[in-house]
Amino acid sequence: MSNEVLHSTEFLTRLLSGEREAFSELLDLTSPRIYALGLRMLGNGQDAEDILQETYIKAFRSLKTFESRSSVETWLFRIAANEALMLLRKGKKSSADMDLDADKPELEEAPEIVDWCCLPEHELMNTETRTMLEKAAGSLSPNLRMVFLLREIQDFSVKETAEILGVSEDVVKTRLVRARLKLREELSVYFRERMGSEVNDG
Amino acid sequence: MDEQGHCKGYLTRFSEYIDGELPEDVCRMIEDHLKECSNCTIVYNTLLRTVELYHELPQGEQLPDGVRSRLFKRLSLEDSQK
Repeated sequence: MSNEVLHSTEFLTRLLSGEREAFSELLDLTSPRIYALGLRMLGNGQDAEDILQETYIKAFRSLKTFESRSSVETWLFRIAANEALMLLRKGKKSSADMDLDADKPELEEAPEIVDWCCLPEHELMNTETRTMLEKAAGSLSPNLRMVFLLREIQDFSVKETAEILGVSEDVVKTRLVRARLKLREELSVYFRERMGSEVNDG
Repeated sequence: MDEQGHCKGYLTRFSEYIDGELPEDVCRMIEDHLKECSNCTIVYNTLLRTVELYHELPQGEQLPDGVRSRLFKRLSLEDSQK
């Protein structure tokens, strides 16, 4: 995690003593990431904003119960992740969609064999690819997506991710593997089309 | 993937290999396999590239217009806005 202020004892003391200025600083330091998590989980700005507001309202109310065993960020992301998953569940008929395949480690199908790894950087990272990466991540089931975003985008460790989601470290690892493999498949299909037919057979 | 069943077990291992979570003997086994299996090499390289590409995405950029002020307002923190 990047910001040292958040981890300083001085900041924590100010925050826990109820200093409003400290809470404002907390908002400015963390809200873009909380918003981004909501946006990637729900896929629209309105829901992301709702998650953002609910997260800090709950955080503000429960500041006294914050135990400094976990970091402030882990604690905030825990609230935000719960909000996001709850909002997603509201939109579903059953919870089955949430867990579909999430904890099986392997893919059923044979993997796509397309050698796109050595495409030039400008081919790999342009606006179109970025959009595709976001879309592919958005197509993961919510449980896979959440683990993937926390681990790969927000850089939380396996232990922190497990703490945020209230699951075991093994569950985090399994979901991450599965998410990565699924995304590699999506990216392979995408780059195969971009590279044309000459590499179709690997 | 020369024979599906044979190579399939390596798929999840590649991910752990990328994270450096495997014991040395398993790493060596994977490296030996990669030397002789061109399809697995492609899968491994593209998996690594997938992970790298996602690491390049922003963790969070600036909040869109209005989102910050509405958040502060909701929390009645307007006075402490910078």
